[in-house]
Amino acid sequence: MTPILEARGLSRSFGSVRALDEADFDVEEGEVVALIGDNGAGKSTMVKAMSGNLALDSGTVLFDGRQVALTHPSDATRLGIEVVYQDLALAPHLDPTQNMFLGREIAAPGLLGWFGFMNNKEMRRKARQSFNDLGGTVRSLTSPVGNMSGGQRQQIAIARAIAWANRVVFLDEPTAALGVVQTRNVLEAIKRVRDTGIAVVLISHSMPEVMEVADRIQVMRLGRRVATFKGADTTMEQLVGAMTGALETEGQSS
Amino acid sequence: MTNTPAAPDLSKSDAGRRSSAPPVTENGDGAADPDHHNESIWARLRSRQTTWIFLVLVVIVAFFAIKGGDRFASTGNFLLIAQNLVVLAVLGVGMTFVIVTSGIDLSIGSVMVFASVVSAKTMAAMDGSGGTVVLVGILTAIASGAVWGWINGILVAKAKIPPLIVTLGTLSAALGLAQVITSGNNISIMKVTGLTDFGIYQRILGIPALVWVALVIVVIGGIVLHKTKFGRYTYAIGSNEEAARRVGINVDRQLILIYLYTGALAGVGAVMYLAQFGTTTIAGATLTNLNVITAVVIGGTSIFGGIGTMFGTVVGLFIPAVLQSGLVIIGVQSFWQSVAVGVVLIAAVWVDHSRRAAALRGAKKKSTPRRKGRSRDSNPSSTPATSSSTQQ
Repeated sequence: MTPILEARGLSRSFGSVRALDEADFDVEEGEVVALIGDNGAGKSTMVKAMSGNLALDSGTVLFDGRQVALTHPSDATRLGIEVVYQDLALAPHLDPTQNMFLGREIAAPGLLGWFGFMNNKEMRRKARQSFNDLGGTVRSLTSPVGNMSGGQRQQIAIARAIAWANRVVFLDEPTAALGVVQTRNVLEAIKRVRDTGIAVVLISHSMPEVMEVADRIQVMRLGRRVATFKGADTTMEQLVGAMTGALETEGQSS
Repeated sequence: MTNTPAAPDLSKSDAGRRSSAPPVTENGDGAADPDHHNESIWARLRSRQTTWIFLVLVVIVAFFAIKGGDRFASTGNFLLIAQNLVVLAVLGVGMTFVIVTSGIDLSIGSVMVFASVVSAKTMAAMDGSGGTVVLVGILTAIASGAVWGWINGILVAKAKIPPLIVTLGTLSAALGLAQVITSGNNISIMKVTGLTDFGIYQRILGIPALVWVALVIVVIGGIVLHKTKFGRYTYAIGSNEEAARRVGINVDRQLILIYLYTGALAGVGAVMYLAQFGTTTIAGATLTNLNVITAVVIGGTSIFGGIGTMFGTVVGLFIPAVLQSGLVIIGVQSFWQSVAVGVVLIAAVWVDHSRRAAALRGAKKKSTPRRKGRSRDSNPSSTPATSSSTQQ
């Protein structure tokens, strides 16, 4: 099976720091791939590179087996790739619906839409639908997001991403700020998204989470992928070993 | 305004959900949603600074109506107040947009003077007093205002200089250039009777034409701000500029347009000023910018961006004007108006600030029951009700 999204030999330096050093990555349709690694291993840089937020020094990105140039976030958006950033990137003064459709508002029918008027009713309906599909804890679609709990905000950001991503979703530390129950919800949401055939890339520091939800785990260290594990038959020791370099496992080179 | 269509919409989606999703969840939510919505109309009204400040205005008007009697509470007096506000109102429309983006435009008064000077000089140089001259005058005023707005916008959006600094610079530059153009002498356009007659005598339904012009501009501004994508992006930028960028909004373009429109509106204000007074007043606009900013901020627009209404700005304009008029009528030195406006401004922002801090505390408190409520046993309406009542 061809991966939906594949990166080959990505390199990028910031000054003398090689953030990505011939790094590889791949994710297939309907699977959850966890991307783990110590701080500074290059996870976030990798996500930026594959979402059009970073210019690469070298390397190629393939989408559906074809080489693509992701030079602008809109390139990634057009391909159906969405990212949920760690800081969620929500506008606190806008309500959940407005946030969800921000930049992609549904225009009002006819001439009014041409003047920039919006179909708020339709947007609210769709937003409600998306939050329910996620097993929603978002109750009010009309109060500002800034008044909501971390879990609710997280859900809005995820709902927004999967509403627009029809191929790949990147989740950057989605559970870092969440309590036990919300974390459960997010993990359930991830599985549900995967079951719809969308590829999910999960960046996380939490080993138990990763081992529970990921079909495959790719470990990065010093700007490159050093190991790939099957989610089901991996031990914590193996992961930590690969992350710290105590265990050299990577057989695959690009 | 949006609440009426929202209610049936929600119930519709509830019905849809009931058929598709597990019933346990739906009973709880389905019962809670309409309740919550009714609650939130009140909660939202009460939680808005605009509502409170509007009540303050009502109280002030009532006070002077009682104290001043018919001399204050007469159609003539209210029309006079409105007429004195037309220029500030037009400037306030642009300023509201700018402040909602968390920007500021200090140059607005100088730009207005500059536009009025260019426009007056053009009209004075032309022959005649009617349509063509007036049209040219209007267009030159709007164009010269828009140029300054565009400069502000480019410097803010592209050069990333803080708006305070940019517009402080253009405040000085625009006024200076206006003086250079005129050698510091005011220009009379009394001969352009087509414009001055309109400004001074023309009435529609008994209300001065300029008041209508201002009203139309304010209403259009309000619709654009509250109902269109342009308005929504304005809030988004003020709320979280980075988020707006990430979802693909062209933030730079939006900012440039907002400052440009604000400049163009200053041009419109310049024409209205000329129509009202028949002459430029180069030295007379030193406090215009601050008066406009004061009105916008009293009206509940947050200087930190993301919050604000056009209606609030209108209310914020009326408070100083009503104070001014009322104090004169009841025989208090009108200098007290400045004192009172200062107090209202600080009080309004302080009340808003502490209310918001209380809302934040409420939000933190309410997240606990909500987390527990995740099991969704019963408790249909109590959680949302608490959440909205804690916000006040």
